[in-house]
Amino acid sequence: MDGVHDLGGMDGFGKVKPEPEDKKPFSEPWEGRVLAMARALGSVGAWNIDVGRHGIERLPPHIYLAATYYQKWQLRNEKLAVETGLVTAEELAAGHANTPAKPLPGKVVRPDDIAGMLVRGSYGRPEQAPARFKVGDRVRARNIHPKSHTRLPRFTRGHVGTIERIQGCHVYPDSYVARGEEDPQWLYTVVFDGRDLWGPDSDPTLEVSIEAFEPYLEAV
Amino acid sequence: MPHDSDHTHDHDHGSELSDMQRRVRALETVLAEKGYIDSEALDRIVEAYEARVGPHIGAMIVAKAWTDPDFKAKLLADASTTVRSLGIDRQVGDHLVAVENTDDTHNVIVCTLCSCYPWDVLGLPPIWYKSTAYRSRAVKEPRAVLADFDVTLPEDMKIRVWDSTAETRFMVVPRRPEGTEGWSEEQLAKLVTRDSMVGTGLARRPEEVA
Repeated sequence: MDGVHDLGGMDGFGKVKPEPEDKKPFSEPWEGRVLAMARALGSVGAWNIDVGRHGIERLPPHIYLAATYYQKWQLRNEKLAVETGLVTAEELAAGHANTPAKPLPGKVVRPDDIAGMLVRGSYGRPEQAPARFKVGDRVRARNIHPKSHTRLPRFTRGHVGTIERIQGCHVYPDSYVARGEEDPQWLYTVVFDGRDLWGPDSDPTLEVSIEAFEPYLEAV
Repeated sequence: MPHDSDHTHDHDHGSELSDMQRRVRALETVLAEKGYIDSEALDRIVEAYEARVGPHIGAMIVAKAWTDPDFKAKLLADASTTVRSLGIDRQVGDHLVAVENTDDTHNVIVCTLCSCYPWDVLGLPPIWYKSTAYRSRAVKEPRAVLADFDVTLPEDMKIRVWDSTAETRFMVVPRRPEGTEGWSEEQLAKLVTRDSMVGTGLARRPEEVA
């Protein structure tokens, strides 16, 4: 979807504010609970990473821009917990459960499971077909505007770049969110010249790459 | 009545983002009562990210790459497998990619679409990494972003920005500072900052840690 989350190249957001190297990860205790809930819900199979991201992208634009990172996560956790039938809106309002739990595919995370679950899962999958592109090929990012989830940023669409790396076959987020299918696709690092993206006045020393799934690309 | 409806409107607008502590507690309570989560496990997850997972892991990897050319070559070719081969208890998942700063190229990592970040080796991202300012500007005017961090690069240095749009996760191997010949990995690791492994900073100079 062409949402406000797709920020690359937008102006007007001001300066970046550096932080001390030793700053603690959570500003408030509730932020840690939000992150931990998201991780635990992921492990128990409530939703996958792509559905979780799309949940944040679907927040109303004014909320997306006004909320802090963990506020967005909390709103997403609530929204998806209700949408997937884990909880009801009434239960959230009351702060207590009053309906039976829904069976979930994964195992509930217990204190002794933490070491294993902190390691990221793998998104690599067996290839379904030979890779269409090879390193050095020139490719155009397709001019597509799907209403559902995609990981092709707007600032690259329609532009020509070069295949630099082949990253293997991965779960294809677009299909997972749209249809619940992993639909593995080849993933490439595609590098663009800054002037091709931002015009002749762009920094001539700039190159920008994205990680692009094969369906996002067409041969030039 | 106009006063009342104004008041209601303000309240509705603010309620979405106010009172987060209560909302978070309500969600956690309901999820725990229904058996989807274990609150004690949540305590352990928070502890891990507060105390165990952080940029000291990446710093150790960079320090090793600075001192061991064979390790560095393997790290740049396949970071996940190479880091796992260290046999440390700090495991990393798949799809980690290490990119090296050189005499002519400086690398910067960003996620324009959300906030993908190499948690396994750097811990949770700082607020600026997740900010709209960083995510919007890094791919378009990285030198201006680096100026916000008081970093200036030579005018002819190539800047390569890596937008983390899939499950690949990037970390930068910064350049080793001059004047560190003969230093141990432990000493060198102290020079490696979080920002230097994202590309918004450079490794510390020896005099900065003296």
